Amino acid sequence: MRSERGQRAPRALSLAAIAGLLFLHVPLLLIFLYAFTTEEKSYQFPPPGLTLKWFGAAWERQDIWNALWLSVKVASIATAVALVLGTCAAAAVSRARFFGRDYISLLFILPIALPGIITGIALRSAFNIMDFDFSFWTIVLGHATFCIVVVYNNALARFRRTAGSLIEASMDLGADGFQTFRYVVLPNIGSALLAGGMLAFALSFDEVIVTTFTAGQQATLPIWMLTELIRPRQRPVTNVVAIFVIAVTFIPILFAYYLTRDGEHVAGGGK
Amino acid sequence: MTSAVSFQHVSRHFGPVRAVDDVVLDIAPGEFFAMLGPSGSGKTTCLRLIAGFEQPTSGHIEIFGETAEGLPPYRRNVNTVFQDYALFPHMNILDNVAYGLMVKGVARQARQTKALEALDLVELKGFEARRPSQLSGGQRQRVALARALVNEPKVLLLDEPLGALDLKLREQMQVELKTLQRNLGITFVFVTHDQSEALSMADRVAIFNNGKIIQVGAPKDIYERPRTRFVADFVGSSNVLPPDFMQRTGGPGKWVSLRPEKITITARGMTPGSHAVEATVTSVHYQGAVTRVNAEAAGQAIAVSAPSSFGAVNIGDTVTLQWPADAFHAMEDEA
Repeated sequence: MRSERGQRAPRALSLAAIAGLLFLHVPLLLIFLYAFTTEEKSYQFPPPGLTLKWFGAAWERQDIWNALWLSVKVASIATAVALVLGTCAAAAVSRARFFGRDYISLLFILPIALPGIITGIALRSAFNIMDFDFSFWTIVLGHATFCIVVVYNNALARFRRTAGSLIEASMDLGADGFQTFRYVVLPNIGSALLAGGMLAFALSFDEVIVTTFTAGQQATLPIWMLTELIRPRQRPVTNVVAIFVIAVTFIPILFAYYLTRDGEHVAGGGK
Repeated sequence: MTSAVSFQHVSRHFGPVRAVDDVVLDIAPGEFFAMLGPSGSGKTTCLRLIAGFEQPTSGHIEIFGETAEGLPPYRRNVNTVFQDYALFPHMNILDNVAYGLMVKGVARQARQTKALEALDLVELKGFEARRPSQLSGGQRQRVALARALVNEPKVLLLDEPLGALDLKLREQMQVELKTLQRNLGITFVFVTHDQSEALSMADRVAIFNNGKIIQVGAPKDIYERPRTRFVADFVGSSNVLPPDFMQRTGGPGKWVSLRPEKITITARGMTPGSHAVEATVTSVHYQGAVTRVNAEAAGQAIAVSAPSSFGAVNIGDTVTLQWPADAFHAMEDEA
């Protein structure tokens, strides 16, 4: 009886798993497919013909380049800000003991748990009250709120796994704070920061909601795609851009996963 | 003569906790000094005060005549061997040992030569290219030692350095550390909770309890003349006898430490007299040259260490325990 049930259950489970995977990935495949269609006004299935011309068309469009460049700039600067602030915050929370430490940790993680629309509205009203003009920098600030979280989480996990005595040993051997950071702290948290940074970049690169609330007239790449869907002109170009976005966000996430996967052992904790 | 390390009424409080409480201490240059005490007694905090990881709440610390409080660890000519060794996992052994010289700006060639010499000193030549994770506990301990010694510190601090090693390796390292210290002439300050380690290695031992030093002295002093019951209990193996018991046997009305090897054991009927008591044998442990006999006299457990040639006693035998009038040491505790 047991073996009978044992055989049936996996079959049902694997069917469910396959269905789930198809549900998740068929739309992605359709995006790929329609990047090559010859029909530009509507998505008819099957596509009447296949062509590579939309890649050329996308290449020619200046508005895409502008949006892409803006997205890259925003993501880079938001990531840089997040790397500095997130690392400092993680260092403070992991090393020092102070009143309300756990609550502060929670407050750092909260922006990623809150719906983006709340973050967006909150930032928009804050910028309004402070008389900030919506600009490139307001987008960067908006993105930094959730980018800090991923850097903070990655750095905190690594700090906790790195023995505190390493820093004391470095100071004891004559290294000042800067040397200790450069020769001991950074090499030990480097891969965690790289992983956190890439995740942050990927998050920022395809962000729509917070951007909608914090942008002025600028269109980042995801915003550009959103507007492009509404007016049907060279529709497959949107798909070409979508493929590009998938590549740009997926590769860093995959890489970050491999970077942090190995590293179960505690750095410097072995006896 | 200037002390290597001098504590003048040093306290270190963490909130309401007095981790170190008004400690006065002088460690002589070239001395092998052990700080012994149970965990939480303040010995490690004292070590961290010397290293510069902690600053005193009050009092004054001098290291070779120079004021130490306010100086960060990297401005002190003092190095530490950490309990967990704290080797840098991302560097090979040579770079670990050369680290102190590297941050001081010593040229690559020179610092590698000195690091190799230090590795030679701890008998780890040929391990330069390995990573700390590829070494055994004992080897890591030697690397930690070499990494500290390469900086030619005036004082070497050792925080329970043998705690993570197995017994055999620990005994071997005790001998090697002692030899190394004698040859180098560096002041060693050694923190441990293992009394046999402290007594066998150190020139002088400080016994810590509740943030205070209870007694400082040569191992023989501490062992033979414990100042308080705490010291006698902690150093161990001595009989600690209460005042009323001592008075009944013609001794002083004080807590007393009476060492097991000072007691002679005789069959019943032999003149009890003063400084003697009738006892019942509760257990007998043959240990080669000596036999340890545990007996009970009027509810008081007494351990006797007798030469194995004294003749057989059995559990349940009634015997007379006797000791010379000057064999016991009266302690300072209130009766």
